[in-house]
This record gives sequence, C-alpha cells and structure tokens, in this order.
Amino acid sequence: MTLIVKTITRLTIGIIFIYGIYITLQGHLGPGGGFAGGVIVALSFIHILLAFGKDVGMRKLTQKKVLFLMSLGAVVFLAAAVFNFTMRHNQEAYTLHAEKFRIFSSLFMPIYDIAVCFMIGTGLYAIFLALALFTAENKE
Amino acid sequence: MEIYLLCLVLFCVGLYGAVRKRNLIKIIIGLVIMEYAVNLFLVLIGYRLQGRAPILASDQQVLNMVDPLVQSMVMTTIVIGLALIMLVVAIAVRIYEKYGTFDITKIRKLRG
Amino acid sequence: MYLSPLLFIALPLAAAFFTVLLGVRLRVLGYILASVSAITLLLASLYASYFVQHLPSHIFIYKVGGWMPPLGITLVFDALSTIMLVVVNLISLMAGLYSLRYIERYTDSWKFYSLFLLMIAGLNGVIISGDLFNLYVFLEVASLSAYALVAFGTEAQDLEASFKYAVMGALASLLILLGIAFLYSYVSTLNMAEIAFVLSGKPQGLLVYFVIMLFLAGFGLKAAMVPFHAWLPDAHPSAPAPISAMLSGVVIKTLGVYVLARIIFNVFGMSQKALLVLMVLGTLSMVVGALMAITQRDIKRMLAYSSISQMGYILFALGIGTPLAVIGALFHLINHAVAKSLLFFNSGAVEYSTHTRDMDSLGGLNKRMPVTAATSFIGSLSIAGLPPLAGFWSKLLIIIAAVQAGHLAMALVAVIVSIITLVYYLKFQNQTFFGALRGTLDKVKEAPLSMNIAAVILALICVGAGLLLVPSMRPILERAADVLMLGSGYKDVVMGGVR
Repeated sequence: MTLIVKTITRLTIGIIFIYGIYITLQGHLGPGGGFAGGVIVALSFIHILLAFGKDVGMRKLTQKKVLFLMSLGAVVFLAAAVFNFTMRHNQEAYTLHAEKFRIFSSLFMPIYDIAVCFMIGTGLYAIFLALALFTAENKE
Repeated sequence: MEIYLLCLVLFCVGLYGAVRKRNLIKIIIGLVIMEYAVNLFLVLIGYRLQGRAPILASDQQVLNMVDPLVQSMVMTTIVIGLALIMLVVAIAVRIYEKYGTFDITKIRKLRG
Repeated sequence: MYLSPLLFIALPLAAAFFTVLLGVRLRVLGYILASVSAITLLLASLYASYFVQHLPSHIFIYKVGGWMPPLGITLVFDALSTIMLVVVNLISLMAGLYSLRYIERYTDSWKFYSLFLLMIAGLNGVIISGDLFNLYVFLEVASLSAYALVAFGTEAQDLEASFKYAVMGALASLLILLGIAFLYSYVSTLNMAEIAFVLSGKPQGLLVYFVIMLFLAGFGLKAAMVPFHAWLPDAHPSAPAPISAMLSGVVIKTLGVYVLARIIFNVFGMSQKALLVLMVLGTLSMVVGALMAITQRDIKRMLAYSSISQMGYILFALGIGTPLAVIGALFHLINHAVAKSLLFFNSGAVEYSTHTRDMDSLGGLNKRMPVTAATSFIGSLSIAGLPPLAGFWSKLLIIIAAVQAGHLAMALVAVIVSIITLVYYLKFQNQTFFGALRGTLDKVKEAPLSMNIAAVILALICVGAGLLLVPSMRPILERAADVLMLGSGYKDVVMGGVR
C-alpha cells in the first residue's frame, strides 16, 4: 500500500484496538459486548494485514497463536457457561448486579464478554488470514 | 404488511440466485441475500411502532419496547451465516485452484 | 438424573476446543479426547435411557440455568430422544474407533477430531433440545462441521461435493429459519411444548400450513427425501469413511427424520396432510433410491443411494402414522443406522486396502479380507431384509402396518423395493467379495485391527438388534413410539414434567 495508508494505519491502529477493548469491557453496562468489541479488535489486525501485507500481519499473530487464543476463548466461555448453568445464578447476573461505571460488577458477565472477544477477534482474523493465504498460494 | 412481503421477495431473489446462477460466487451471493432477507424478516417481526431498545436500567422504565428475543436470534444467525459463508468461500477458492473456473457446468467430476 | 444433562453438549464441545487448543502440538490428544468423550457419552446416554425408562412419567426435563420454560431453554429427555442419543453415540464411538488408523493418511488429524466432536455436540443438542431456535443452532453446528468434513480430503471431487452439500444444506437451514420466524410471529414463543399449546388454541389457518410446508422442504432437504436428494449421492461417498458412516448412519436421520417427526407429530399434532406428504415422498424415495442404486459401480455411491431408499421406508412408515408403523419406523431407523455404518466401514476398509471403490475392478476379496467380507455380508443382508437379521423384522413391521392401515398398493411397492434392494446388495457382494480373486488384488491385506473391531461390533449389533422385539425389550421401542403417537398431547406431558 502507499505511504499515506501506512502512516494513517500506524497512527490509528492502537486507537482502534483500544476502542475494541473498551467496547468489550463495558458490554454488561451498556450497548456493546464481546461480539461487537471482538469485531473491532479483529478489524484492527485486518487493518495491519491490508496496509502492510500478510507477512507483517503474520509476524504479529501467527496462525498457531490465533488458533490457540480462539480455542482458549471458547474453553473459557464454555467453562463459565457450564459453571453458571449448574450454579444457576444467571438470573441475578443479568439484572441485579450490574452497576454503572463498575467493570467488575454483574458477576460473570465480563468473563463471557472477554471470552467472546477472544473468539470473535481471533476467529475473524483467522478467516481473513486463511483466505489471504489461499489466494497467495494461487498466485504462486 | 407490504414490508413483510418485500422480505419474502428478497428471499426469492436470493433463492433465484442460489438455484439458477452458474457462477459459484453468484451462488454464494444468492445465499447471503437469502440469509439477510430472513434476518430482516426476523427483526421486523419484533418491531413495534415507536418502540425503543429493550435495555433495562435501574432508573428507567421501559414501557413500549421492541422484542429483544428476535434481535438475539438475528445475532446468532449472523454468526452462523458468517461461518457458513466463509466455509463456502474457502471451498470455492479451493475449487478454483483445482478446476481453474467458477462455472458449475464445467465443475462436473461427479456424475450419476 | 445424577449427571448433568449439559454433559451431552458440553463434553464434546469442550473436547473439540481442547483438541484445537493443544492438538497442534500434541497429535495424540485429538484421538484420546475423541475416544474418551465418545465412550463417556455412550455410557451417559445408556444411563439416561435407563433412567427415563424407569421414571413413572417417562420424561425428564432439564431447565438450562434454572429459567422456567417460556423464558429459558429446556432439554427434554423422553423415551424417543434417549433412544436416539444411544444410537448417535454408539455410531460415533464406533466411527471414532474406526478413524484411529483410517485417518492416518490425512494430514492434521486434530482438525478431523475437533470437527468430528463438534458434529457429535450438534447432533446431541438437536436430539435433546426442547426449544425450536436452539434446535436450529445445533442443527447448524452439526451441518457446518459436516460440510467441512466432507471436504476434508481436499481432492477435487471432495470440494465439489462439499460445495453442493453446503449450498443445499444452507438453503435447507434458511427455509427452516424462515419457518421458525413465521411460526414465532404467529405463536410468540419458541418452546416446542408451548408452541403446541398455543397452536391447539388457535384456528389452523393458512399460515400454519405454509410453515409446515417450509419445514417439510427444509428438513426434507436435510433428510434427502426424493425431490431434494441430489446432494446426498455426491456428499456421502466423498467424505472419509468414518464420516460417511456418521452422515448416512445418523446425521440425515437426526437432522432430517427425527426433527421432522418431532415437529409434525408433537408440535403440529399429527397434521394429516403433512403425514400424507411424508407417505407419498417416502414411497417415491424408496423407489427412486433403489432404482438408482442398482446401476452404480462405485461401492460408496451405491450405499448412498441405498440410504435414500431406506430413508424412504422410514418416512413412509412415519407417514402411515399408526402405532405399529411408528414402531417399525423407529426400529428400521436403528437397524439402518447400524447396518449402513457397518457397510460404510467395510467400503472404507476395502478402499484402505485396495485403493479403489470401483466394483468392476474388485472381486474375490473374501479370501484376502475375511473379516470385512463376513461383516459386510451380515450388513448387506440386514439392510436387504433377510429373515434372521433385524432388518427383516423392521421391514415386516412396516409392511404389516401399511396393510393394516389399508395402503395395499404402497405395501406392495415396499415389498418390491425390498426385493430390488436384495438384488443390488447381492450384486455388491458378488462383485466385491465372491468369485475369483483378481491378479491385481493378490497382495491385498486385511484392514487394520481397530477398523475390524468396529466392524465386528456393529455386525454383532446387526444380528442382535432383533432382540429389541423380544417382549421384555419391546417397551423401549413402544415407549419411544408412544411419544410420537401422543401427538399434541406431548405439550401436556412436557408441561407436567416442568413443574
């Protein structure tokens, strides 16, 4: 890509990433959550991939790391879900315990959000990476 | 009423694309259109006139709200649709690698 | 129940995620996790079946997260769903055992095992879910992993078959989702028992028939009923053999027939028009599948067409809708699941040893592969319906039920189709395992031990499944059929079980 795109990407990439994390972490307090935040996080990585090419992107996050983080998110989500289903404190988690401006409220909801963020963020990036690698193989 | 019918029309447009087109990518686009038609339909089912977002907070009273269930259903179907479309696109790319074409009339190693 | 019903979904999911998490480095882990969870699931489903049979109401309802049904999701364990759980987990355990050696020739076996486990999770979820949208999500989990598994070999044919399967499957899923959307707009609930309750209080308008039609088309596509069968003969042969066995053995039955029966019988209260459609399409499937199977040269392709034909029997029997016919349908479903999985295992063993599936270039293999030949002989005869084997009894039940219900012409068709079935299975046996050994096949060895063990166990079940009709065992099938025959009375049972 051109110098303009590269420079702008370098300037904005951290902001996009942090905004994704912010959306993730306030999911139990207002609009947002793991899915939306994860998409934004994934977009920041895809941004690098588009601006600097897949080699730079791969250096930041290799395929093995992506798979590891994705399945880690899935395992954490499943564990939290099973724990909460068996302990049966979901009803309260949704309504009673959420306090404004408090990240660590609402019981397990932040854990769900973070796990979903890991899954969606790395998952979308993995899809993009896989397709980029496919097309790169085609050209060779 | 018309708006629901328009969703069905959109669904049929997607169905036409998925069933009648010969290009793999156009078939995939047909699937995407169908999926969005269903999503749109789901969201419209839950819509109420002057309804607001169903967010519960301690200092607010929600009286006239849209149906949140269909919205969470749409979230789920979007994720499922994403997985499906990506899988199909990946397969289409690999097919192009093997056959060198996107035309389904030329992709016929399986017969009978 | 002493074990959490969440186990049936959470265990395979957790195993699948851990396989991805650590399988990249530890190659054995996928196999260990798959077999451990498959064994646990089989034991758990046997226990669940035993537990439900001994409850006074024969139904156990688990409220996920403790939410009451109109709000929350329920998992319903009744005689029918537990019997399906046992079948699915039995076949998946055997497929897991079989794939130990079979999957070695592919790279990245951990991908195979994680997709395989996801498919098991989806199937289990579809069976026990009592909520329509939850059912749809699990259906998609199972189908998506099935599409990926069909393409697992990444040969040109595999990809082509997988694309066809994925497009058809996605079409089916979207039709089902549209049906769910229409139904939700009419009854404002997603719980299947609640839907039945609301529908029984409202007049059966045109909308209900439209929804039934959408469901028939959607699940008919998943079940490969005849006008919608085009993907099956491509998709099932292209998959690796253990997956072919899963697809033909349990996936089309669970995603297609079981859900369709649940919805038509229990949610819509045995709508007579839908049953008529099932009966006609079932007969059509029987005939078309059998006629197409007879001309095939590829073993797996023949078996796939035979699946269409045998699914026709099951749909036909469900369409008759008498208690005896439903018992016959369920019994035939079990027999066909076991026998068809066995035959796909055998075809995989033949392919593993000889590297071909073409019947014309095979012959006389019973001298080189005695175990495969013997087990496939049992499987073929069971599907073709020869007397001592279980397949005979289930077909007999279906035909007797058809005669009793006054459908003489269709009963005659069923008899003729079973003769055609015998003809093409004998042709398969004759061309593959009997006759003179071809020179090119002189150095063929028997398939590895683990593949043979899986085949032998399924062959023994094929022989022994007839015991399900012995008076002391018969209540298992009868109670499962009773669940379907309750019709919309299902809602009262479920709502009684919730409290």
